[in-house]
Amino acid sequence: MKLYLKVWRQEHRESKGNMVSYEVDGISEHMSFLEMLDLLNERLISKGERVIEFDHDCREGICGACGMMINGRAHGPLTGTTTCQLHMRSFKDGETVYIEPFRAAAFPVLRDLKIDRSAFDHIIQSGGYISASTGQAPESNSIPIAHEVTEAAFDAAACIGCGACVATCKNSSAALFTSAKISHLVLLPQGKLESADRVIKMVGQMDAEGFGHCSNTEACEVECPQEISVLHIGRMNYEYNKAMALRK
Amino acid sequence: MIDAKIPAGELADKWNNYKDSSKLINPANRKKLDIIVVGTGLAGSSCAATLAELGYNVKSFCFQDSARRAHSVAAQGGVNAAKNYKNDGDSVYRMFYDTIKGGDFRSREANVYRLAECSLALIDQAVAQGVPFAREYGGYLNNRSFGGVQVSRTFYARGQTGQQLMIGAYQALMRQVSAGKVKTYTRHEMLELVLIDGKARGIIARNLETGEIERHAANAVVLATGGYGKVYYLSTLAMGCNSSAIWIAHKKGAFMSGVSWIQFHPTCLPQIGETQSKLTLMSESLRNDGRIWVPKKAGDERVPNDIPEEERDYYLERRYPTFGNLSPRDISSRAAKERIDAGCGVGPMKNAVCLDFSKAIREQGRDKIEEKYGNLFRMYDKINGVDAYKEPMLISPAAHFTMGGLWVDYDLMTTIPGLFALGEANFSDHGANRLGANSLLQSCVDGYFIAPYTIPNYLSGELKSEKVTTDHPAFIDAENNVREQLSRFLNLKGHLSADHFHKTLGRLLYDKCGLSRTRQSLEEAVVEIRALKKSFAHELKITGDNGVNSELEKAGRVSDFLELGELMCHDALQREESCGAHFREEYQTTDGEAVRNDKDFCYVSAWEWKGEGAEPELHKEPLVFETVQLTVRSYK
Repeated sequence: MKLYLKVWRQEHRESKGNMVSYEVDGISEHMSFLEMLDLLNERLISKGERVIEFDHDCREGICGACGMMINGRAHGPLTGTTTCQLHMRSFKDGETVYIEPFRAAAFPVLRDLKIDRSAFDHIIQSGGYISASTGQAPESNSIPIAHEVTEAAFDAAACIGCGACVATCKNSSAALFTSAKISHLVLLPQGKLESADRVIKMVGQMDAEGFGHCSNTEACEVECPQEISVLHIGRMNYEYNKAMALRK
Repeated sequence: MIDAKIPAGELADKWNNYKDSSKLINPANRKKLDIIVVGTGLAGSSCAATLAELGYNVKSFCFQDSARRAHSVAAQGGVNAAKNYKNDGDSVYRMFYDTIKGGDFRSREANVYRLAECSLALIDQAVAQGVPFAREYGGYLNNRSFGGVQVSRTFYARGQTGQQLMIGAYQALMRQVSAGKVKTYTRHEMLELVLIDGKARGIIARNLETGEIERHAANAVVLATGGYGKVYYLSTLAMGCNSSAIWIAHKKGAFMSGVSWIQFHPTCLPQIGETQSKLTLMSESLRNDGRIWVPKKAGDERVPNDIPEEERDYYLERRYPTFGNLSPRDISSRAAKERIDAGCGVGPMKNAVCLDFSKAIREQGRDKIEEKYGNLFRMYDKINGVDAYKEPMLISPAAHFTMGGLWVDYDLMTTIPGLFALGEANFSDHGANRLGANSLLQSCVDGYFIAPYTIPNYLSGELKSEKVTTDHPAFIDAENNVREQLSRFLNLKGHLSADHFHKTLGRLLYDKCGLSRTRQSLEEAVVEIRALKKSFAHELKITGDNGVNSELEKAGRVSDFLELGELMCHDALQREESCGAHFREEYQTTDGEAVRNDKDFCYVSAWEWKGEGAEPELHKEPLVFETVQLTVRSYK
């Protein structure tokens, strides 16, 4: 099949970008979306042009490195799917496809489709952990945890940190990302001790990074490749208010 | 002869003896010592975090945009530990024995025993960090079985055990960043190792955003940069996985071992086209309930569901009745290749076998199977557009894990003093074949529990050594080397992409140094790789500039893969026996089983780089077995 691509090209952080058109033929429906871009890049090299830069690594939907807006949707048309797991059978011959980076004030573009998501690292650094140094752990079965509790914590811990939630949010809010970590840790008995301090610091850092506020459109859940529930945002707000009310 | 420095004493006491007598550094002095850790996977993150907790100053490097993304995240099935929570007869000794037998008696007793011993503490540590391992309804931890063993010792977090352990280690690392004890350098790639007075004292790194070349000095350097299965291009690895850090170390004097021992994972998605970039792994845990078969008749054109039961050959159950579908990876992969080569393969390229859940679904119900493997079935559907609840998955062996890597002693130190190698980057522990769920274990154990003892043991001797600064001539030379190589790549006037060379090398290695090898195929491979290297030096084309440039990054990695590929073939040629993943067709029984040669090859091959174009030099570390008896590894 043949596609008409409009791809965001930008030299570096400070420069202005623009959409550039490419025609790509010889695409098979078994190709992944990124393999289609590989094919285009291979052709750009043979023409002596600079390749389209994009982040990607595992190509099996788990590392969270890839992510682009495809026809205005984070990670493209499918739900519960990262860009690398999207295959060309989801597109029609002759279609025009717009490809842009994940956009947010807190995610500056480095080049083309590559962005800087270190703001997410900063949020985790502010408190997204359980303070258990190596050597301090008790025997693992000494803390029984109900099956449902572990499963619920897992659902939140499944976040891969790709940033689709931010990119799709009209406020560029990182509420889903931050709340998933807060839920993961507060649900588990090991994580409860630090919960008040954690939620205050993480929410503060989220704001400091320049992410917007959540206005409950729930678009993030729709685009999240791990289908993380917006109910975690409710829990984050509850934990935050509780922590603020009880703060000494 | 090289010395692994195995501590004295009974096998079960060696690690304790080591810890009791290793040298300590007082907390005030730890603040004066800097350690560079390259790689942020499980081994790198856990080591960096733990050393920082102890009070050392750590610089952590990774090429990804965040420390959380290293390929440890992709391990699905689980992590082994001899907790014996299932009361099924497991013990540290039994786990040690399974691992050393699984490795076909080509690993060190003392290392493997320590791995099993430390597995207990790892589960405790991970749970304390909040890793959501599967639980039974009573709240206690659950286990499942993996290939090559008869007990249930595998802890798991759905099909994302690696991701969850990685998040635990990443969060521990981030905690130390906020404590000011770790500084992270993401989007940085190590391009040189700096030696001063023969010791590792720093690295040269390239900032992958700005192209700046940076010098970093330290008292010790840790490489936790993963395996090199990506040398085959098509593999289960991430696109960025590479051998460059360990290859740079090798060219600076660190020996490489077990170089050709590459595990081909039996349950991966097959290749279906020429533009494919990846062979996705489907967890080995699927073999707990899935049955593997091919049509009995060669060239059968029917779709799998149309082939009646009596015309299916469950070849693993037939050949290995005791372990059946849970036979170890090397044996399962080779058995699949044998059937595919015999013309019984299925799928559009006839390069796959069936992994069939119909019996398990009949017996346990679809809901139970969905609970256990739901995410894997979903992933299969996403990639192939096929519902594996209704028809068998098509799977095929793919290059996966490298048992080989930098030679290290019991301290995990390479032959370069002050240079340590952890996790998949080193060669230790797995012998010639790794058992499932031992990889997550080894990387974590190296990083959390071993290196934090052995690195201080080395550093205690470095407290009085001169403080090195980055204006030392060794740094200037190393930086100049890096700049020369980068400008050579950027100025090449060729016409072929780095991927072209990578794919060509990969195809060549799959054919000639893959699941099975012969003297002839290996000799041919050496000649062809040399020709490919020549072509690479002239015909490579890199577009773009010295800023963000993925093609420039690839060029360096492919250049190193080409050299490494040649060493793989040398290693496979020299070892005239079949053991574990290394199957030389000349050395097999009449029914196709591997024939090991303990009389002539019961040693670790450690290769020394002798310069461009020169033959590598072989050093031998004899493997001494004091506890176990070498047996023929049978899973029949």
